Formats: sequence, structure tokens, C-alpha cells
Amino acid sequence: MIDFQTDPTRYRHWKLAFDGPIATLTMDVDPAGGLMDGYELKLNSYDLGVDIELADAVQRLRFEHPEVKTVVLRSGKDGIFCAGANIRMLGQASHGHKVNFCKFTNETRFSIEDASDNSGQRYLAAVAGSAAGGGYELAVTADYIMLIDDRRSSVSLPELPLLAVLPGTGGLTRLTDKRRVRRDRADIFCTTEEGVRGGRAVAWRLVDEVVPPSAWEATVTARALELAERSDRDGVRGVSLTPLNREITDDAVRYPLVQVALNRAGRCATITIQGPADLPGDLRGVHDSGAAFWPLAMARELDDALLHLRLNEPTIGILVFRSAGDPEQVMAADSLLEQYQNDWLVREIRLLLKRVFKRVDMMARSLITLIGPGSCFAGSLAELVFAADRSIMFAGGSNNAATLHLSALNFSAYPMGNGLSRLANRFYGEPETLDTAAGLIGDTLDADTAEANGLVTFAYDEIDWDDEVRLILEERASFSPDALTGLEANLRFAGPETMETRIFGRLTAWQNWIFQRPNAVGETGSLKRYGSGIRPDFNTERV
Amino acid sequence: MPDSTVIDYDGLIPNNVGLNEDLRVRKALETWHPGYIDWWKSMGPEGFQDFPVFLRTAIGVGSDGWAKYGFVKMPDYRWGILLAPAVEGRTIPFGAHKGEPAWQEVPGEYRAMLRRLLVIQGDTEPASVEQQRHLGSTAPSLYDMRNLFQVNVEEGRHLWAMVYLLQKYFGRDGREEADDLLRRRSGHQDTPRMLGAFNENTPDWLSFFMFTFFTDRDGKMQLGALAQSGFDPLSRTCRFMLTEEAHHMFVGESGITRVIQRTVEAMKAAGIDDPYEIERIRALGVIDLPTLQKKANLHFSLTLDLFGNEISTNAANAFNSGLKGRYREDKIEDDHQLTSSFYPVLRQRDGAIINEDVPELSALNMRLRDDYVVDANDGLTRWNRLLKTSGVNFQITLPHVAFNRRIGEFNAIHTDTQGNILTNEAWEATKETMLPSTADNEFIISLMQPVREPGQYAGWIAPPRYGIDNMPGDFEYVRMTS
Ligand SMILES: [Fe+2]
Ligand SMILES: [Fe+2]
Repeated sequence: MIDFQTDPTRYRHWKLAFDGPIATLTMDVDPAGGLMDGYELKLNSYDLGVDIELADAVQRLRFEHPEVKTVVLRSGKDGIFCAGANIRMLGQASHGHKVNFCKFTNETRFSIEDASDNSGQRYLAAVAGSAAGGGYELAVTADYIMLIDDRRSSVSLPELPLLAVLPGTGGLTRLTDKRRVRRDRADIFCTTEEGVRGGRAVAWRLVDEVVPPSAWEATVTARALELAERSDRDGVRGVSLTPLNREITDDAVRYPLVQVALNRAGRCATITIQGPADLPGDLRGVHDSGAAFWPLAMARELDDALLHLRLNEPTIGILVFRSAGDPEQVMAADSLLEQYQNDWLVREIRLLLKRVFKRVDMMARSLITLIGPGSCFAGSLAELVFAADRSIMFAGGSNNAATLHLSALNFSAYPMGNGLSRLANRFYGEPETLDTAAGLIGDTLDADTAEANGLVTFAYDEIDWDDEVRLILEERASFSPDALTGLEANLRFAGPETMETRIFGRLTAWQNWIFQRPNAVGETGSLKRYGSGIRPDFNTERV
Repeated sequence: MPDSTVIDYDGLIPNNVGLNEDLRVRKALETWHPGYIDWWKSMGPEGFQDFPVFLRTAIGVGSDGWAKYGFVKMPDYRWGILLAPAVEGRTIPFGAHKGEPAWQEVPGEYRAMLRRLLVIQGDTEPASVEQQRHLGSTAPSLYDMRNLFQVNVEEGRHLWAMVYLLQKYFGRDGREEADDLLRRRSGHQDTPRMLGAFNENTPDWLSFFMFTFFTDRDGKMQLGALAQSGFDPLSRTCRFMLTEEAHHMFVGESGITRVIQRTVEAMKAAGIDDPYEIERIRALGVIDLPTLQKKANLHFSLTLDLFGNEISTNAANAFNSGLKGRYREDKIEDDHQLTSSFYPVLRQRDGAIINEDVPELSALNMRLRDDYVVDANDGLTRWNRLLKTSGVNFQITLPHVAFNRRIGEFNAIHTDTQGNILTNEAWEATKETMLPSTADNEFIISLMQPVREPGQYAGWIAPPRYGIDNMPGDFEYVRMTS
């Protein structure tokens, strides 16, 4: 089983150091610390295990260190910043593992950019040594990239000439969309194995600055402090992300607020989320609750459950979301999140919820949300209704009716990868429906109203409910998993492209295609031949 | 095609590559030339640029006497572009293209890899000149001073050889790389040379002899492997460079032999039998044998790092592509493709040193290093024969390959010279028994007093057996009046 839970005392590959507003996150990969056997993580190359620690570090920096305004990313190894994803790991990994590995690493890269863009915690990549492939892709998530000018260190995306695959952790897209590298230069850069160093790296905007070794340390510190000065981050007391209370059995994963029940025969998992039992009354109470504050606790548990299902339960094709609790309490939690949105911790919690809901959008599983009696799909939790491929609401049962509630957060706090709220995405091309929905904020919506306003797919009464739900699940389970993944990934994201949708949609989709092709993974393909010294034999047909 | 056995000395740049007809390359080289001379004057031998030195210059590349001796001021030395004669009908000797006609032009798909090989080799050539630039002032004799300068001008010529290939075959990138070769500086914090050993100090003459013995021998192995290249111009260049490299190793080997000879003579005269009576031996003004051993340990281990990672994809690619062979590939009997054979590699596993068979293609750095160790061991025999006949109970040995390493399998562990793994504390406590200590180095430096009278030698080194070009013992190899 792959476990996404870790903490700094258990890191094998990263070191965190703190100096006032500056944190240093040092990558020093233990070659023997691979998640699986059969490869060594040489030259600061990484596998999923390394990235799990990185994701944990990024998360903790945000919650546990409000005083940190700049994070300096650097390498603990001489002459190498990071060599990217481990090639032998990719060569031996199953297709599914490769896809999930890339998805998670991409999500982690975006979480770094999210910290920079929204948390006032800016990242500085101090590249001393070569940053190749995923190593450069990691550096390029930072706000500012410094490259040491020792006439050896370079940045490169050698995937295509070296491995016949793509820089798939956002590299291609960030070149053009983030770094604004001219496309023909990007073409040269991505086909030159040795990469670019020195002045040309700056001229082509691949890095922001090159610095001679004699001035290196002083300049890194100076730039880190400059970035820190521009930050609006103002917290003092961090919130410790305490270990999750989790129990895993054959057919269930249980956390205090999130329960996953696996129906292996039906290839279906039901994820039930418990609403808040008691909430603090004010901001001080929110801080005192810390990791126990319901939105934060629920988000962390749900996130872990999603990752667990992705990597450890690949045949579970359908996720059914349910909830249980008092919708008024969820709305009260949303009020706290709305009222104190300028507080650093509240901001972090809202941003975490945003990322977890994005993780839901990125599940290659069918998502069905069932809004039954006793459920609490209100405000933030209602995002799971709008993230679903289908949502079904129970109609009738007047003394214990199913309800749906909208809060302001549904319209503003949780944009999807395409930059739209899930409601705006849902009502793309129907702005008046979206406006009408905004008028329903705070109302208790019954099934008929919810259906009439397009907020759920169907409302079924007692007579139809059981059968309809069963039929939907059985039909879904009978379709091709591949075709469903493609269908859902297309329909979930309407409208505009962003760097994020381009990375997950265009870059990742092409990469996943290449990962299936003999030129990469065949017996004479590049990944199999890599390191043997024998050149791959390519099928020369352009498809 | 010009007759490649005749060197054209008429132009600015002596050559046997028909530079007169190749206007583009001639212009590129002539543009590069002033920068080279500037580099030589500022980074070459310090303090001796204006004195005539008895130097050898190549006048032919055939086997029939290619050297001419005469006095020349170093900046006026005729650095040229000399390739060994072309071999008719030569084919690519190894790798995926084995048996195809050798390339006379660079194949596009291998351009970047080949350029990288040239730049790394090229970078070492000026580096050693820079490392040795202060040594003239403490030369133990005019004979040794002349040998130093001979090595230096030839390393300068080796730079020319690589620069010619870069400028002829690699277009704008090649010209930029050629310029960068003059910009990097050995040991400079901001613009160091590419490989570690070429950024170390060569502070004294014992270091110089050890360097030419151990580190120039790495050059010999690398050139020997590149001389096999399917890219014919590189092969021909390296074959000619090897003839010069042999002389550099002679300087090192004979230099240390003379140091040993002087030490054992002095010990005998003073009635000292025990080579470990270091204080008494040093009081005689000669270098004790245990210190020589420590210097050998240091230079051997630094040089092993130049072979890179034992298991290397780059080396595999370079071989399979036909660009860099094994040392004396043409003398090896196998399929020369290595796609299904294995080679044992010494590896570090959980704190133990073990032997592991790995696919031979990926173990080519290891193989070249193994060949090097054999070659270096052979080189020690002359020293040890001398020690044996002198009756002193001491032999110089090579330390274990895992000792004092910074690159490759053993970079994270410490061992003693036998290869026994040491804890950090044990290493700190014993390293000065295995590597030169500050006191050792200070002692060596204290001996480095210049001797400039013709025929005279510093007290720590014996005179050579023969003069250069059979000159008499009191020949003035460097005329200190200009
Ligand atoms: Fe040389
Ligand atoms: Fe040499």
C-alpha cells in the first residue's frame, strides 16, 4: 500500500530549515529510499515517495509556518539540483502508476504555485548544479529562478531527445504560458539534451538570473528577503497538522469524519462525510481548534481518502459521495470561513478545500453524489454535488426531507482548474441560471427546487430512488473504464483553457498516449533501452 | 586532399590539415589565436615567457622522426594542428555502426554528444598549464624546468587540437565552446575547469611529478579510448596527442624515480635503514618514502574520480554510437558491441564493498578505470625495482580504489588504503597517516628552492641519466638571459 501520510521526522529525501521569514527546503534524495525495488534514486531523481514528502512539506509550510514568507528550494547534492523523475522507475512502472504519479506530481507543483499566488508564501528556486527534466519543472514552479553561473550548471528538458517522452510535469506548458518563452526557442530548448546555461538561459527567460559562485549565497539570501518583503503573510502561531486517525480494513477506510466503504463486486466506493458536530464561535476559536476545526479536518481526511483510492484501489471505478449531519452547522462553518477570510489560517483552509475539490475533479473515476435524507450537502460540502458527473436528490419524506444549501463560497472560494466556480462551470452558457442560483444563497432547497434550478441531475422519490440509483451504478460499472475516464475528463471542464487545464488536459493526455506507444515502452523503445547504451528503434510513422 | 604527412609551416598556424584551402576554419582559428596568446601570456608559465627554452617542436607526423629541438621563447612556440596520417579505408571499430566507413563529418544525431566529449577533453588541456604556472620559479634544475615547459606547450597544443575539431565541425556552438575553453580557470571559484582534479593545486614539484605520472595517465587512457573513435578526425587527432602524452608520463615517472634515488642514497650515506625514521631522513633534506606514498595515495585517488561514475549511461551511449571506444579497442577480442555481455563492477552496498556483474555497455567507465589501474601499477615497477636493489625495505603501492573518493560508488564512504570501511571518526583520526598532512606539505614546500646553474640539481632529486636530445650534463636548457 502506498501511504500519503508522512511528517518531517520521517522524511528520507527532504530537509526543512527555518530562519525567520525564510525556510529552506533542501532536496537530498536517498538513492536507496525508492518506494519500490528495482531502481536507485540517483542524482536527486524522484519517484512518488519523494513527491509525497514534498507535498507534505509544502502543506506544512503553509499551515505550520505562517511566519515563513519565502521558501528557498535547493539541492543537498553537489553539482546536481534535480535530475527529474527516475527513468528506471518509469521504465518498470505500470501504465496506471505512471499516470497517477504524473497526476500527483502535477498537483504538488500546482500546490507550490498556489502558495506563491495566494498564500504570500513565495518560492525561490536556487539552482546550483544541473536541473534536468522534472528537476527544471520543479524549479519552474517557483516565482523566481536563480541559476549558478559556474559554466557547468544548466537547465534542461531532455525528455524528448533522451527518452522519447515529454516533460510531462507541466514543463512544456510552463515554458510558454508561465515563463513566456518564445515557442521556437522552447522547441530548441526541448530538443537539446544538454540544455541551456548562463546568459542564454536568462535571455530566453528560462531563469530569472544567473549568479557567479562567489556571489551565490549572498544573492540567494538577498533575493529570498526581497521576496519576503513583498508578502502579505502575517501569522505568528502555526497550526500543527497532527497525524490523521485512520483505520484501513479489507473493505473500508475510516477516519473520524470520512468513511469509505468498498463494494468490490460493484467496483464502487461510498464516501460518507460527517458534518461538523460543534464549531468554534469566533476566529480565536478557529485558531484554538487548529487541525480539529471541521473544515480543515474534513479536507485532510477526504484528501487522503482520494489519494488512497487512486493509488491503492485502481479497480474501484465509481465513487459515491454521501454526507450525514446538520446542514445548518456546515453553513455555520462556511460563515466562519467567509467572515474571517482575511485571516491567514482561514485563508489556508479555504485554499486547501479548493485544492481538495480540484483533486476530486481530477479523479479518473465516475463521481456520483447522492443527496439523501439526513445529509448535509450545504455550502462548501455542496461542491461535491457540483463536482459529480451525476447528482441525485431524494424527493419527499416531508418530516426528514433531503436538502441542499448554497453559500457564497460556492460562487467564489473554490475555482476549478479552468478558473470557474463549479456552478459557473455547470451553468456555462446560462449566466441567468447562475444569477438565479446566487439568489438562493442561504435558502433551504428541497429536491424539486434544486432540480428546477439545475442544481442536481435528478430528483427521485421513494418509489424510484432505490432502483434508479442501482441502475445508474450498474450501468456505469459496465462501460469501458478508459472511455469513461476520457468522457468525464472532457465534460467536467467547460469553457476556457488555463495553464492548469492545458497541463492536465493537453500535456498529460499526450504524455499518457506516448506512454502507451511502442516508441516509448516497447521492447526496443526508449524507456526500455534507456541506460543500456543501445539506441531505441523507432516506428517512423507519424500518427 | 592535402598530403597529411607534411606539415605546412608557412602560415600563422602550422598544420597538416590543409588549412590554407579551408578559409572558413582558418579564419575562425586566426580569430581565436590572439585570445589564445593572451591566455598563454597571462595563465601560462609565470616569469619565464621571455627566455629561450630548449623545446621540441613536431615537424612531421610520420613515425620517421617527428621532433626538432631548438631554443624558442614560449609565446613564439609554433602551436599547430597535427593529425596522425589517415588510414585508408578505416571503418568504425565498435558499437552499433561497427564496420561502416569511419565518419569524416559529424553525424547530426551525435553532434551534441561528440561536442561534449571534445569539450571535456579540451578543458583538461589548458587546465594543467594553469595548475602548473607557478612551478618554474622553484624548479630543481634547468633540465626539470625545461621539461615542465615542454609539457606545458604540448598541453597548449592539445588545446589547439580540440579547438580545431570544435571550429571545423561544430559551427557556431563549436566557436562558442572554443572561446569558453579560454575563459574557464583552474581552481577559480566562479569559472572553474570542468573536472575536479583539474581544479586542485599543483603547489610543488613533487605534486607536478605525481600529477604527470597519475593524472596525465588518465589523459592517456581517455585519448586511447577516443583514438578508437568512428569519427575519423578525432581518432587521428588523439593518436598524435598520445605520442606527446607518453612524454608527460615519462617526466613524472623519471622524476619520482630520481626523488627515490636521491632519498635512498642519502639514507645510505647517513646509515639509516628504517624508512620510517622520518625526522632523521627529512633532516638530510630529502623526501622520506612514507610521504611519497601519501602523495601517491592522494594523486591516484583524485585521478580515479576523473573516470566518472562506474555505471554510466553516457559512456554506454558514447560507445554504442561509435564515438568513444575502450582503451585499445583494436587489441580486444570480442564482438565490439557488448550488447549481451557483462562486466564486474565494484559497488558499495549497505556499507560493504561488493562485486556485481552489470551489462558491459553501462560499465565502460569502470572498465577504463580498471585498465588505468593496471597501467599505473605497471608504472610503479621501476620505482619499486630501484627500492629493492637499493636494499631499502619499502615499496610504493596503489591504495584501494575506494579510498578517498568523491565521485562514483564510494563517494559517501570512507575507507583506509586497503579498502576497509572506516567510520567518520576513524577517518578523521587516521587520514593524515594516509594523505599528506599540512606538516608534510610544509616540509615539501621548504625543499622547493630553485637551482638555476646549468648541470646543478636541488638536493632532494638526483640528476637524470641522460640529457634531452643527448645534450651534455651542463647544458643550459633555459637561457635565463634574454
Ligand atoms: Fe594533454
Ligand atoms: Fe599531458
